[in-house]
Amino acid sequence: MCTECGCGHGHGGADVKIGGTSHDHEHGHAHPHEHGHDHSHEHGASRELSLNLSLMEKNDRLAERNRGYFQAKKLLVLNVVSSPGSGKTTLLRETAARLAGKLRVGVIVGDLATDNDAARLRTAGVPVIQITTGTVCHLDAEMVARAAEQLDTDNLDLLIIENVGNLVCPADYDLGETLRVVMLSTTEGEDKPLKYPPMFHSAQVVIVTKGDMAAAAGFDRKQALANLNKISHHATLFEVSAKTGEGMKEWVEFLAQRHSVVARK
Amino acid sequence: MHEVSIMAEAVRMATEAARKSGAVRVTCLKLRVGTLSGAVPDAMRFAWDVVCQGTEAEGARLEIEPVTAACRCEACRTEFDCADFINECPRCGTPGARLLRGRELDIASIETQDH
Ligand SMILES: Nc1nc2c(ncn2[C@@H]2O[C@H](COP(=O)(O)OP(=O)(O)OP(=O)(O)O)[C@@H](O)[C@H]2O)c(=O)[nH]1
Ligand SMILES: [Mg+2]
Ligand SMILES: [Zn+2]
Ligand SMILES: [Zn+2]
Repeated sequence: MCTECGCGHGHGGADVKIGGTSHDHEHGHAHPHEHGHDHSHEHGASRELSLNLSLMEKNDRLAERNRGYFQAKKLLVLNVVSSPGSGKTTLLRETAARLAGKLRVGVIVGDLATDNDAARLRTAGVPVIQITTGTVCHLDAEMVARAAEQLDTDNLDLLIIENVGNLVCPADYDLGETLRVVMLSTTEGEDKPLKYPPMFHSAQVVIVTKGDMAAAAGFDRKQALANLNKISHHATLFEVSAKTGEGMKEWVEFLAQRHSVVARK
Repeated sequence: MHEVSIMAEAVRMATEAARKSGAVRVTCLKLRVGTLSGAVPDAMRFAWDVVCQGTEAEGARLEIEPVTAACRCEACRTEFDCADFINECPRCGTPGARLLRGRELDIASIETQDH
């Protein structure tokens, strides 16, 4: 993750050592064996196993596998996250439409229920795989791997993953993306980055969207940019309106440029 | 509520480690959770009671050791607590201090029973 300020996950090694001996009660919880051992035992020896493993280890491993696969296919992969309703689907549909004839785009979209977003995205004329997560509020690397299998990745340049609308849970789940894109709409307030620092901090790209609504919503642009500057200090910033097209040219050019970097490797 | 997914993974890792060591039951699970990990200890406890059911870790005690996020300023070497990702040194004002800890989402150890 972040190498500039060293804020990536720290992983312990998998050294599985057996600590303590049988009937080692140094932690002192209530236990029927605190008296003498002069009778037959109902249950066996109690042991402490030191693990020191990250709970994200499996996802991180699968994400690295995805990353290797995407790199081998020379795919630029975006993991797009925001609050519910910030405008992910609208922006991505517009992005895919504008890239027609420039980059071959595929989309994976995650939602708790319904495939409405997939249907909207297909109107841009690109292949779309819908993941319905049920109660799970984020996509994980395994879901993305399974969805990517259903796409003809040999004939794609850009894979866009629209994550579940949620600024908390997806922050911990690396999908193997090239770039994490965090969106903020002008209607949801300029303090979002301060309220959801892990997500905004992990952004490589921040898109402020619904620019056409800024005045009506009383969006304090200066304050928003100051907040983003504090938290998302590694991110490239775009200000757009998917509705009027304002700022879309720069965003689309950025994607084409980033794709050429990936394709050269 | 990705705490449910995280705790389901904790059950998987704990029971797998117990089985590998020849134990049959997990009686205690000890986690280290950083204040910037994105997971909330109370939600983890709540999820634990649900996800451990019907597994070898059912009824196991859950201990969560919180790890307060801390940074070190590269300029003046001051170490300071960091409640968000605004890593500005309170002593000299230099931004971008390195995060030393606080992202932990680790399973530290488990206690098991042999039969
Ligand atoms: N005025 C304006 N409205 C927008 C813009 N982008 C999206 N919207 C509107 O915002 C609403 C939500 O947009 P979506 O694209 O569905 O948002 P989303 O982030 O995909 O939502 P979820 O997938 O449910 O999290 C819709 O009514 C859009 O028409 C924009 O740039 N300007
Ligand atoms: Mg959507
Ligand atoms: Zn959640
Ligand atoms: Zn300093």
